Amino acid sequence: MISLTWQWLVDPATWTGPGGIVAQSITHLRISVVALLLAALVAVPVGLFIGHTGRGRWLAINLAGAFRAIPSLGVLFVATLLLLPRLSGNLAFELPVVLVLVLLAVPPVLSGTYAGVEAVDPAARDAARGVGMTEAQILWQVEFPAALPLLISGLRSAMLQIIATATIAAIVGIGGLGRYLIDGQASRQYEVMAGGAIVVALLALLVDLVMAGVQRVVVSPGLVVAKEH
Amino acid sequence: MIGGVAWSTVGDLLLRHLYLAGVPLLVGLLISLPLGWLATRYRWLAPPMIAGTGLLYTIPSLALFILLPLLLGTRVLDDANVLVAMTLYSVALLTRTVADGLGSVPGATRQAATAMGYGELRRTLVVDLPLAVPVITAGLRVAAVSNVSIVSVAALIGVSQLGQLFTEGFNRNDMGPIVVGIAACVALALVLDAGIALLSRVLTPWLRAGVAR
Repeated sequence: MISLTWQWLVDPATWTGPGGIVAQSITHLRISVVALLLAALVAVPVGLFIGHTGRGRWLAINLAGAFRAIPSLGVLFVATLLLLPRLSGNLAFELPVVLVLVLLAVPPVLSGTYAGVEAVDPAARDAARGVGMTEAQILWQVEFPAALPLLISGLRSAMLQIIATATIAAIVGIGGLGRYLIDGQASRQYEVMAGGAIVVALLALLVDLVMAGVQRVVVSPGLVVAKEH
Repeated sequence: MIGGVAWSTVGDLLLRHLYLAGVPLLVGLLISLPLGWLATRYRWLAPPMIAGTGLLYTIPSLALFILLPLLLGTRVLDDANVLVAMTLYSVALLTRTVADGLGSVPGATRQAATAMGYGELRRTLVVDLPLAVPVITAGLRVAAVSNVSIVSVAALIGVSQLGQLFTEGFNRNDMGPIVVGIAACVALALVLDAGIALLSRVLTPWLRAGVAR
């Protein structure tokens, strides 16, 4: 089994061409990044608002918990059955999937953003108000940068969920690395399933490492030093 | 019949789902207790341990279900793959929780126990662990709910549980079984969540002592 999987992985034909690992990785990443950006577009402003004003806290707290209970595979099937007959072309397969991925990613990004703003040292906020900053300046120049560590943690866990669910989504017909897992199962080629599984695990790890790197670069060194002491 | 599915079928799949999500949760807790204790006892162990268990969490569930036969020598259809995968995910979540919980015990309390002649093991078991219960059960609730959701993915490799209703409904283009499956999954998650919350209340009577008086 292991040697067959290895042979499949090192065969150049596995990697190139329209159905190759390179092309499927790009599709997987494209769908994932689009979903994450859309989720962030919704969740970050709402999270900043909740964190800054303290209004709607119950929403941020309960939403993440309630969403965790909903099985993503089931929602994926529901969205596909509902939307597929109403759409056409490539979009018909991808739109329901992206929609579900965005839904899954909103709660972790929202609670990360809100928790990040809420965790800002009240003394820093008071000092900002004291030197005459407007509310908008406090939000963008003090609270937002200070909230970045938790905000990016939220984005990272959202991205891991997105990549995992995009893998499962191959079952409803979209491209991406999940194809190997699903098609390998259908054609009873375990080496294709296992090889695809290894590649998707590595992709998830790589993306998480890149995001951890971004976190290092964009988070103010002042915050890191403060945490260590 | 409900949504075109026999009640007895829903019941059977529900029990299978409970088994596949619940047993790994308990085993995961038993593994995480000593790991979390090590991470609090030897501080230098904490960062690599939490990073290591966090790594497990980056592996997509379907990929893990498929890769475990390669490592365990099991067949793809075996329950063991799902049980081991869910145990790994539970350990990934709970090691950190146990470490946080044990770390939240006030130093004064620990010193008082030591002054009363408690040895380290006895103090950990009779003083630290009970005081860490609220934090640990909070993590257990998160792990229980996400286990229930992740187990349903195993339907794609043919391991039967509530997720089977999803694939059956999808293949027949029938919304009924899918909706029944989602409702049963959510209900199971909520019952486990409430059960652990109740257990936490029973285990920590001192937290309510002030209110009772």
